[in-house]
Amino acid sequence: MAYSDKVIDHYENPRNVGSLDPQREDVGTGLVGAPACGDVMRLQIRVNEEGVIEDARFKTFGCGSAIASSSLATEWIKGKKLDEAGALSNSQIATELNLPPVKIHCSVLAEDAIKSAILDYKKKREARQALSAAPKQASAAPKHAAANQEATASK
Amino acid sequence: MALNLPIYMDNHSTTPVDPRVVEAMLPYFSSTFGNAASRTHAFGWTAEAAVEDARESIAKFIGASSGKEMVFTSGATEANNLAIKGAAEYYQAKGNHLITTAIEHKSVLDSCKRLERQGFEVTYLEVGKNGLVDPAKVEAAITDKTILVSVMLANNEVGTIQPIAEIGKITRARNVLLHCDAVQGAGKTPFDVEAMNVDLASVTAHKIYGPKGIGALYVRRSRPRVRLVSQMDGGGHERGNRSGTLNVAGIVGFQRACELMMSEGPTENARIRALRDRLHQRMTAALDQVTLNGDPERRLSGNLNLSFAFVEGEGLMMAIKDVAVSSGSACTSASLEPSYVLKAMGLDEDLAHSSLRFGIGRFNTQEEVDYVADLLIQKVKKLRDISPLYEMHQQGIDIKSIQWAAH
Repeated sequence: MAYSDKVIDHYENPRNVGSLDPQREDVGTGLVGAPACGDVMRLQIRVNEEGVIEDARFKTFGCGSAIASSSLATEWIKGKKLDEAGALSNSQIATELNLPPVKIHCSVLAEDAIKSAILDYKKKREARQALSAAPKQASAAPKHAAANQEATASK
Repeated sequence: MALNLPIYMDNHSTTPVDPRVVEAMLPYFSSTFGNAASRTHAFGWTAEAAVEDARESIAKFIGASSGKEMVFTSGATEANNLAIKGAAEYYQAKGNHLITTAIEHKSVLDSCKRLERQGFEVTYLEVGKNGLVDPAKVEAAITDKTILVSVMLANNEVGTIQPIAEIGKITRARNVLLHCDAVQGAGKTPFDVEAMNVDLASVTAHKIYGPKGIGALYVRRSRPRVRLVSQMDGGGHERGNRSGTLNVAGIVGFQRACELMMSEGPTENARIRALRDRLHQRMTAALDQVTLNGDPERRLSGNLNLSFAFVEGEGLMMAIKDVAVSSGSACTSASLEPSYVLKAMGLDEDLAHSSLRFGIGRFNTQEEVDYVADLLIQKVKKLRDISPLYEMHQQGIDIKSIQWAAH
């Protein structure tokens, strides 16, 4: 299969590869896909108090199109507000990367990864707000985050 | 020696035509171009003489006693179709049961599936973890309705060499025909239709440095005499088994390829095996979590099928685009299913997605092997750096313990 120049560019020079500490309160983690299906994406976001994604990181097990889709996704959501990032659709990724029909699922997975990371972040924030609303002090929040990576994997 | 890119290391898929084969073929395109079926002039007689001479050489290549037992076809797919459908149709009064294995080539499996739709029954034998067929399972599957057993000589993905001689003893004793798809193994591992009691055998030129578009089906003529219903209607060529003007130049090339394989094969296979082992050792010395698929011993000399855990096969092939190999990853097929051969061997699907098949052949050099090994080591490390699964593995998380959502 011939890859588009943009897929090759992202594959050879992936943007924002790496990890953010999943325990941190301001980090949301999305882990989607399955090894048995040949692709797994982990996409992480760090969100500031204004709800703006300040940093995004990914690691992907998958084909060139899957790596490129997740790399592009991190590039696009950086600096965006959560609702803007959440509105990003797979077809925008597929169009930008000129993905052939058999690779559309890679862009779907990238969209899922973004949504999953946002959901994880929001759940953490809600848990923190619930704790700070309660009379007791809110120092237990990171423990929720610790279990989160596996929770998102099961979607 | 200078290294030329890209490097071809996919010799199970096809092989380049040996220049000596090309040389033998050339006259048959121009000066001696006749139709081997033309009985009325010298052009036809010359072509026919070349074809009959080739028949004898190709018969000798697989241990057949006579050239008359070779039916030329367009290739192995056609030979497999003719053997299975042709025998099933001819012997359907005797029985309606066939036995084959789960790891055969698609031209065997899909021929069997078509027969199933026509009312035949087919047993698809499972294979062991190493891809080997157990002859005892063949024996146990035979019923009084069984007319044909079809087992390949060597598997195209993992190179596992099947115990054809043992299976042949069983089928002969039980009066059942044995078809062997010998495409990958002939010339690379001992194959003798007489010694192994094979009744039908498919071979093709392009896996042994001959041209594409020419193959043959061996059809035993005595003890027992095997009959087929032809699948191609027309002028009644090939003793009525396969109509169609013979590809004379291809047949002459096939003959030359067989002759070269017979004279040079043993030395060549030893050299190829050494290169294959060198490639394997260099990569496993530098990388962890690399596993061999197939049988470590009973395997084609040029075959190396490895799973690079935590790295996806197509993604890896993209990183080594100057090296031609193939992968069991689903991403290399439109079906989105990983290799059915690796699955049938019980390999975990994630490792099937992580597999690469290297096929070393006559024209590969040690320089190429070293280049490929170094490149793979570098790229696997790079892709593992961006693999969430490798990170989990390093953190001691068992990826099997996670509830993954299938998609």
